[in-house]
Amino acid sequence: MSTKTFSVTIRVWRQSAAGRPGRFVDYPVAGVSPDMSFLEMLDVVNDGLTLKGEEPIAFAHDCREGICGTCSLTIDGKPHGPHEGVATCQTYMRSYKEGDLIVVEPFRARAFPVQKDLVTDRSAFDKIQQAGGFITARTGSAPDANSVPIAKGVADLAMDAAQCIGCGACVAACKNSSAMLFVAAKVSHLGLLPQGQPERDRRVLSMVRTMDSLGFGGCTNQYECSAACPKLISHDFIARLNRDYAKAVFRTAFEPVAAGGGGEG
Amino acid sequence: MAKLESKVPPGPLADKWQSYKASMRLVNPANKRKYEVIVVGAGLAGSSASATLSELGYKVSNFVFHDSPRRAHSIAAQGGINAAKNYQNDGDSVHRLFYDTLKGGDYRARESNVHRLAEVSANIIDQCAAQGVPFAREYGGLLANRSFGGAQVSRTFYARGQTGQQLLLGAYSALSRAVAGGGVTLHTQMEMLDLVVVDGHAKGIIARNLVTGEVTRHTADAVVLATGGYGNVFNLSTYARGSNATAIWRAYKRGACFANPCFTQIHPTCIPVSGDYQSKLTLMSESLRNDGRIWVPKRKEDRLKPPGSIPEEDRDYYLERMYPSFGNLSPRDISSRAAKRVCDEGRGVGETGLGVYLDFGEAIGRLGEAGVRERYGNLFDIYHEITNENAYKVPMRIFPAVHYTMGGLWVDYDLMSNVPGLFVLGEANFSDHGANRLGASALMQGLADGYFVVPYTIGNYLATQKPGSRPSVDRPEFLQAKQSVDAGTARLFGINGKQPVSHFHKRLGHLMWQYCGMARTREGLEKGLKEIPALRAEFWENVKVPGSADSLNQSLEQAARVGDFLELGELMCRDALARDESCGCHFREEHQYPDGECKRDDEHFAHAAAWEYAGEGKEPVRNVENLNYESVKMSVRNYK
Ligand SMILES: Cc1cc2nc3c(=O)[nH]c(=O)nc-3n(C[C@H](O)[C@H](O)[C@H](O)COP(=O)(O)OP(=O)(O)OC[C@H]3O[C@@H](n4cnc5c(N)ncnc54)[C@H](O)[C@@H]3O)c2cc1C
Ligand code: FES
Repeated sequence: MSTKTFSVTIRVWRQSAAGRPGRFVDYPVAGVSPDMSFLEMLDVVNDGLTLKGEEPIAFAHDCREGICGTCSLTIDGKPHGPHEGVATCQTYMRSYKEGDLIVVEPFRARAFPVQKDLVTDRSAFDKIQQAGGFITARTGSAPDANSVPIAKGVADLAMDAAQCIGCGACVAACKNSSAMLFVAAKVSHLGLLPQGQPERDRRVLSMVRTMDSLGFGGCTNQYECSAACPKLISHDFIARLNRDYAKAVFRTAFEPVAAGGGGEG
Repeated sequence: MAKLESKVPPGPLADKWQSYKASMRLVNPANKRKYEVIVVGAGLAGSSASATLSELGYKVSNFVFHDSPRRAHSIAAQGGINAAKNYQNDGDSVHRLFYDTLKGGDYRARESNVHRLAEVSANIIDQCAAQGVPFAREYGGLLANRSFGGAQVSRTFYARGQTGQQLLLGAYSALSRAVAGGGVTLHTQMEMLDLVVVDGHAKGIIARNLVTGEVTRHTADAVVLATGGYGNVFNLSTYARGSNATAIWRAYKRGACFANPCFTQIHPTCIPVSGDYQSKLTLMSESLRNDGRIWVPKRKEDRLKPPGSIPEEDRDYYLERMYPSFGNLSPRDISSRAAKRVCDEGRGVGETGLGVYLDFGEAIGRLGEAGVRERYGNLFDIYHEITNENAYKVPMRIFPAVHYTMGGLWVDYDLMSNVPGLFVLGEANFSDHGANRLGASALMQGLADGYFVVPYTIGNYLATQKPGSRPSVDRPEFLQAKQSVDAGTARLFGINGKQPVSHFHKRLGHLMWQYCGMARTREGLEKGLKEIPALRAEFWENVKVPGSADSLNQSLEQAARVGDFLELGELMCRDALARDESCGCHFREEHQYPDGECKRDDEHFAHAAAWEYAGEGKEPVRNVENLNYESVKMSVRNYK
């Protein structure tokens, strides 16, 4: 812990609403404590702007502990800032020093239009989820949980994929704005489990097609996505997604999805 | 006076729910799609309810202020979810889970609701596993369990340290499926700002689109609130920044009774405050207390010295000293209060003086650094990330923080409030945890309410409403409610004062913590009842809300929420003052045993206090629901 404070300048993207032109504005920030989180620094800046009669900087945030996936800043060109395996809200000012100029932007992607300043609309992720990111299990119809044993290794791998917080950093980090890591994580999580088999082909086909239709780009295997992921979800899941997709395309060529209710996978 | 009819079904406790289901009114399947239900909230309670109601055939509109249902605060729950599965064959049963929950709540919850919760708990695990929730497993492939406080059996299911996340994503996937099927219409970034009551029944809401600022009227045959807890009235807490009381508070002002508002749980092991800019207190798992030893220096003068330089004989391992049999594993409320006491004495550590050491020196000596890393590595990492300190080398600093609210809107056995047609689920209601919640029981309750209770009980109400009879949004009640929302917004912009919203929220938090926090006294609460209204008056004269109402405006959102907190805080103090006893987390210093344990007064306070709004500037009415225990004897809680 340290009590010494310092000053930085933040260069922030300001945009009054969707579809309006935006621009960078510089704000000097004095009295920064190294123990402040990056978002707490923005809170302080915003209180200052309010008192001066200016509009505070809009930014998305909620849990402030790296799990809700709401915070979404690109800091000095890196989604979620300088450190690996953390979200914006887990970035602390001790990563900076006196005199630094810090560039703060929203997550940039065609499928994530800016709503205001640093806040973007990521509802495209919900749409992909609705396209098939589920296992149909009507409430009340479930068998006893222990009637379907799952090997620990399989359950652990499914959990590795399931950790995705849906923040969109993978998309923002990708030159093509691809959502492959996000889709791969969900497809792998559900596809690894026995409960996910009946809808496996239908799920992967529908989620990938929806992703393509929403303006996300294709994957060219650069893996910037995994590096920016606050949960460090492995790009191995993308390879798994590609395999699942190819198999599903092959199988459904013989058994149409719409009529067959999914392959046997 | 409000009518509080608990509507507990007759018959023996263990048969009530079964006989209720056998005799409740049903809605004919062809009629179900003629009913529209508004569900506000998509945490565990709201998303499970929306998905299940739509599976039954009702038309559902789901409103959340978040940009996606998956961001609800349930996502942050770590430890686990209880269920009476008895998979460990260690003697667990529905009755035992029921009993532990009731006793943990210090006999201030309704027996029949708690029993039903325990009954449906096993179905929750089945449901979640079927949805693909990746619960922790043993090598044999079966589900793993861990133990949690307040229980002697191992009944907690978990998914690493992210149980809430995985359960919520399961419920969110069910909700997403329902949206795709057209059964649920999703309204994200829409904040409910008022409840519309028509002829005494809840028939709609007023909501603001947080992106465009548009305020709209929405009608329904019934309204379900699943809007979470209100701990952010304290400003600093383990809650997400956006968690707020607005939905239930506005419903209160439309006639719904608010029960036991002062029942707040304070968690003993959180990372302490480091500065005035602080926005959030992060929970550190309680499990650390298995191996860490808690201490402060014996002398005030030593409190800023490096801990390593303070010799053993100058340290006060106060929990071990005061509670020799439980020591560092004393119950949550006892540990929290003890930490407060030593800090009040001026012996708290860290710059602010509000912290105690949690020291792993002895454990590292016993298990080696690698052994400690294996058990708690990820927690040490989180601690390092936030504080930049290496807890393998210097002791952690921890302090209690606000974590959960047991109070909430009063509901009957059907989870319906005293306003017919208004159902309240999850942390937003008061129903199951009495004066103290046991760990891993909130997730259980949220999902029980949403998957297995309200889908049945709502039919019991809707069957009394004519299909297609929901009112038009052009009724005067809707227009009046919208007007009152618009007027509130205009009033906030009109003030144009000199302080940002955060200024008032911080000050309110200090007052609440001081007067209505871990330990309460008549004197303090009376002060609170003077100072909070004064602060509220200052807020309404001097707050500055920049920008405009017709676009995304986070200051406006926050101002409205803090405006409500400034009223709710007063009600909490009033409730704490009226409850002239100690019970669970409500500790009135006047009422304690010599060892510092809560002294309940069952003769006068074996009831839920349900506050009824009486109008602006008027004292609310305190209604009571007496709690009768048929199957257990109320005893003094003893964990020694
Ligand atoms: C750090 C932490 C750890 C925890 N760990 C555990 C644990 O291990 N085990 C356990 O059992 N419990 C735990 N809890 C408690 C538990 O997580 C919560 O009590 C529970 O998840 C609450 O769920 P809910 O559905 O009632 O509300 P929430 O999940 O808070 O959801 C509220 C919903 O309401 C919406 N909403 C609110 N107001 C409005 C409005 N006015 N208009 C529109 N929408 C609105 C929000 O958008 C959101 O969707 C923990 C809590 C915290 C803070
Ligand atoms: S604010 Fe929740 S992940 Fe950052």
